[in-house]
This record gives sequence, C-alpha cells and structure tokens, in this order.
Amino acid sequence: MLARDAFNRFARRVPTWIVYVALALPAPWFVYLGATGGLGVEPIKALEHELGQWALWLLIAGLTITPLRRYASINVLKFRRAIGLMAFYYVTLHLLVWLVLDVQVLSQIWADIVKRPYITIGMAAFVLMLPLAATSNNWSIRKLGPRWRQLHKATYAVAILGALHFVMLAKGFLLEPLFYMAVVIVLLALRWPQRRRKTVNRERAA
Amino acid sequence: MSRRWTNDLSRADATPEHLFLNRRQLFGALGAAGLGAALPMGARAQDALEPNSFEEITSYNNYYEFGTGKTDPVKNAHTLTTDPWAITIGGLVEKPGDYSMADIVSQMDIEERVYRFRCVEAWSMVVPWNGFELADLLEMVGVKPEAKYVAFETVYRPDEMPGLRYPVLDWPYVEGLRLDEARHPLTLMATGLYGKPMPNQNGAPIRLIVPWKYGFKSIKSIDRITLTDKEPPTSWNKANPREYGFYSNVNPEVDHPRWSQATERKIGGGLFSRREPTLMFNGYDEVASLYEGMDLKANF
Repeated sequence: MLARDAFNRFARRVPTWIVYVALALPAPWFVYLGATGGLGVEPIKALEHELGQWALWLLIAGLTITPLRRYASINVLKFRRAIGLMAFYYVTLHLLVWLVLDVQVLSQIWADIVKRPYITIGMAAFVLMLPLAATSNNWSIRKLGPRWRQLHKATYAVAILGALHFVMLAKGFLLEPLFYMAVVIVLLALRWPQRRRKTVNRERAA
Repeated sequence: MSRRWTNDLSRADATPEHLFLNRRQLFGALGAAGLGAALPMGARAQDALEPNSFEEITSYNNYYEFGTGKTDPVKNAHTLTTDPWAITIGGLVEKPGDYSMADIVSQMDIEERVYRFRCVEAWSMVVPWNGFELADLLEMVGVKPEAKYVAFETVYRPDEMPGLRYPVLDWPYVEGLRLDEARHPLTLMATGLYGKPMPNQNGAPIRLIVPWKYGFKSIKSIDRITLTDKEPPTSWNKANPREYGFYSNVNPEVDHPRWSQATERKIGGGLFSRREPTLMFNGYDEVASLYEGMDLKANF
C-alpha cells in the first residue's frame, strides 16, 4: 500500500515530456544499430521487427492503464496520451521501413496490401490510428465531448488487429505472437465486468 | 560421376570487393590444406559468383530445432554432438544399414560448389559449399528399381536441441525429393563450407543442398535416408500445404500466399540494399527438363 502511494506520488511529479523523449529514443537507436551492423546481417527485417514490436508493446501498455487504476489503484492516466501517440509513432516508422527499405517497389506495395491478409490487417490498424492520433489533444477532447471517448475505443480494435497481424505473419506454430494476442484479449476482457455491473445497477435503479 | 556441373554466371553478379578478397584468401587456405587438388577446374568457372562472407552465412540461419529466431541457431547449436555420426539408409535399397560419416566420406569425392541459396522468405545468399553428389551416395547403396522418392530426416535429440520443446513443426523434420531430382548432378550432400567442416548452425555434420529449390528443402543434420515408392510427407507441407508445396522450386511467378516471390534481397547489403529479381529455378535452368509437362503452378 505504501509503495503504491509512493509510486502514485512519484508519477504525479514526472513531467510527461520525459515519457515522450524516453519512448522516442529507441527508434533512432535501432536505426543507428541497423546502419552500423548492430542488428545483424539482415538489418531491414530486424529494424522492421523491432519497430513493430515496440508499437505492440505500447498499445498493450496503453490498455493496461485503466485496469491498473481500477484494480490496483495505480494512477498513470496522465501518461496515456504520450503512450498512445508513441505507439502511433512506432507504427508509422514500422510502416515506413516496410515501404521504403523492405518492399521498395510501389506497384508491389499496393498489390501486397490488397492481396495479403496480414498486411491488409496491419494497414487497417494503421488507418484506424490516424483519427485517434489526430484527436489526441485537449482541443479535440473539448470539441468532441462524449464522442471523444467513443472514438478512442477504436484503440481496442487497433490492439486486436495489431496482435492478429503478428500472429498471421508467423511461420509455423510460434508462441510469442499468441502470447501477445492473449495479453490483449485479457486486457480487453478486464473492461467487461464493470460495464455489466453498471448496467445491472442502472436496471435496478430504474 | 559422369555429368559434372559448371557455373554459368558472369561478373555482373559480383558483390563488394572485400568479399572478393576473402575468396582469394580462401583459395590460398584450401591450397595450403591440401584440398586444393579438387578445385582448379570448377573453381575457375565458379569464380564469377561471389560468396557471402563466412560470418554472414553462419550468423543468419533458419534451423528451428535450435529456435525460430535467425540468430538462435548460432547461439544454441553448439550443443549438438556431430561426431560420431551415422546415417541410417533404408527402404528400397540394395544395401540398407547404418553408414558412419567417416565411411561415407572416404568413398566420396569432396568438391567445392559455389551455389546461390534462396530462402522461401525472399532473402538469398551465395555459399561455397563442400560436399559430394547425392547421386554418388545413392549409387553406393544401390537403389532398387521400384524406388521413386527419397525421404530425409533430421536428427531428433531433445536433449541437444532446445527448439524441439515447442511444437513449431511436427518433429523430427522430414524432407523429400523425387528420385530424378535427387540424382541430378546439382544435388549435393554438403559436409562443409568455405573449406571448413560444416558449422552446427548450418546443419553439421552433413546436409542436403538442392540449389534450385527454396532453402527449407535442403534439410540439415541428416540422420536417416529412406528410398520409397510414395511421395514422402514433408514437414512444411504438412504444417501448411497451401504455403509450402512438395516441390518448392524457386519460381518468381508463383507467390507465397503471404508475400511475393518475384524479388529477393541478398544478405549483407545493409540497410539500403536493393531487391533483385528472382530467377526461375534460382537461375539453374538445367533442371527445367525435370519438370517438362508439369504445371508448376499446381505443383508448386
């Protein structure tokens, strides 16, 4: 309990710009490693994978914030926008590496998006993130009102699609992508009971 | 050993100069080791194709018995005991039995073959393998006339192969060839690369190389060879028949369902390397006659 309170006090004092900077830094570091041989003899695939992995980690981190508050009274809500926007930053870089360094051929890029389901799904997740990233500011929250909350529930779909994208690109039966999918499903499932309870309460009240 | 194979590539396929220089050093080393005798004829013809560096070839591997990451095999494969080693050869052969590595190698002509290697994942390498023609081994054991296919099995040792703990594939790994493919002079049983014994992560002590097929057909660390009259069930085909056919010939016109096979990227080009067009049969047009009259889109 004491540790939790201390943590919450500490989190209140940490400025959010530190989170932005800290989360942004791995990307240039990976590019540097890739250019200097630190990512092995096939740096393009390695870079693509690292960036995609960070995007998924941050999507998952974003989804843990509400359950942490609800079930553990740990409050890091003030960092949620930073985490979400940095997830978008990694998804964008991941997409750029795929477009520019990996596939390279424009006609093939479009063919891949249309023909290959795991790429279609990855692209869908990216497109869904665009309005979320564009409205991750105070002005949009004021302007959209309750609709802002509804809109940002699209994060749930983005996380499922992101995890599914990873599951589908695995060759053979691999545990790692299935593990991420399971974590996403658990984090989303944690949101259900309370809503049901609320509905029940409302029905009782009526 | 009648039909010897020669390379037909030109300098246009050449890669950076430091690799080229490595190659000159290699020939020096081979000569000094007394292996040079087998080289001069073939070596001159194969000079046109510049191999990847030893480090590239041995640090980027698919060998799921040691993990599914590309660098897992180099980290984990040292645990495999490769000496003593024997191959059980059976099925439709005249002289079935357990053949020790030493026994086999003493009866074979080991030579160097610089081959393109094209992975199904759309990357490629050029590797100077050392080995002997599978045809010679088949001749040694005597193939019965009813035999139509050759099946191969990778060694199955859970104690030494950490990847076997996970059901990534139906272990042990199985691959197979039609008998005419197996007897083609390009088909090599490789015992080393760059004039050195085969590194464990590359399939020590002995593996198959079928250079006109995707890399997974070239099974590693062979423990068993069986001649049969039926097409053997193969590991990747069993795991996902829609994506990995029995033939798996390199074919730029037949995409993998999840990616195009029209282009490939050669390992070692760095962050800004360009894709190159993939060649039919990986450039080994001499095998085309094996598939005359076959629909290669249906038999992919």
